[in-house]
Amino acid sequence: MEQKESKGWSPYLAGALVGVLAIISVYLTTVLLGKSMYLGASTTFVRAAGMLIGSLDPTYVADNTYYVKEKVIIDWQFMMIIGIFIGAFIASKMDGSFKLESVPPEWEARFGGSVTKRAIAAILGGIVMMIGARMADGCPSGHGLSGMMQMSVSSYVALAFFFGVGALVANIIYRKK
Amino acid sequence: MGIDLTLGLATGIAFGFLLQKGRVLRFGKQVGAMLFKDMTIFKFMLSAIVVGMFGILILADQGIITQSHKAMNVGALVVGGSLFGIGWAVMGFCPGTAVGAIGEGRWHAAFGIIGMVIGAAIYAQFYPFLKSTVLSWADFGKISLPQVFGVSPWVVAIGFTVITAVMFRLFEKKGL
Repeated sequence: MEQKESKGWSPYLAGALVGVLAIISVYLTTVLLGKSMYLGASTTFVRAAGMLIGSLDPTYVADNTYYVKEKVIIDWQFMMIIGIFIGAFIASKMDGSFKLESVPPEWEARFGGSVTKRAIAAILGGIVMMIGARMADGCPSGHGLSGMMQMSVSSYVALAFFFGVGALVANIIYRKK
Repeated sequence: MGIDLTLGLATGIAFGFLLQKGRVLRFGKQVGAMLFKDMTIFKFMLSAIVVGMFGILILADQGIITQSHKAMNVGALVVGGSLFGIGWAVMGFCPGTAVGAIGEGRWHAAFGIIGMVIGAAIYAQFYPFLKSTVLSWADFGKISLPQVFGVSPWVVAIGFTVITAVMFRLFEKKGL
């Protein structure tokens, strides 16, 4: 018989602890690194792209204004992204919620179990999403958590568009007729 | 490994652990919120924001940390925010949660990550063009809500907390 998956923690508690983590993190980076660092994710994808392209054509990356501006290096945020993977792995292994999954069940219910179909959609979605994230200068971590905590006007506008347009599109593509 | 990289890694491990425990690293939770069927990601994010908001306010008030606002650039936020929304709905993960999702075995999130790296490369290629168009339409600079409303940040923090509490009550009442 399949074991029932544990439910995890209350999202209120886990979320509140992320708030505590954000405070500790900005404090420690200020004290230890001399610069207040806030949680964020999307710049790391620019650095990853720069490293991959740079391994094939270093001069292209060296001459590109955006890579020069964002600096193609393994930095604090890059390591944080690697840490997210490790932390999620540890947590899911500890409570038995780790599960190999090739297609999200909710996607499968709407579009079937084809991995190819899911892969094409996810790659295209990822491309559009990252172009948007770089243009808006942040994602639900950098704008949603860090920016909203700091009461930045731009972050409230960003989240309204992220989620508003997301809800609109999701209702078009996932709602069963 | 230097102190900055070690600190980043440790922060990420804690962040990933909590994202997983809050069960927000799931396609169904993210799309579920967009369909107004499951508000888990809102409960998680708003709780984090309320707690973080007061902590950052106190630390900034004491002059211990410096705040870092992103520019209120209208074209960038409207066009970029909309593109993000389209991609988010299709992919079902945001950048950070896609990485965490692979950590808990949902390896299909790797397709989204491939897409995001390609998207970043495309953005870098067209950055000079975007800079002279979309990004230059109207930039109000690094402004904050207390500045715009002309009130103390404490008023905004308390107001935000009240709105969040009302939303949480609504979610629980409707069983979302």
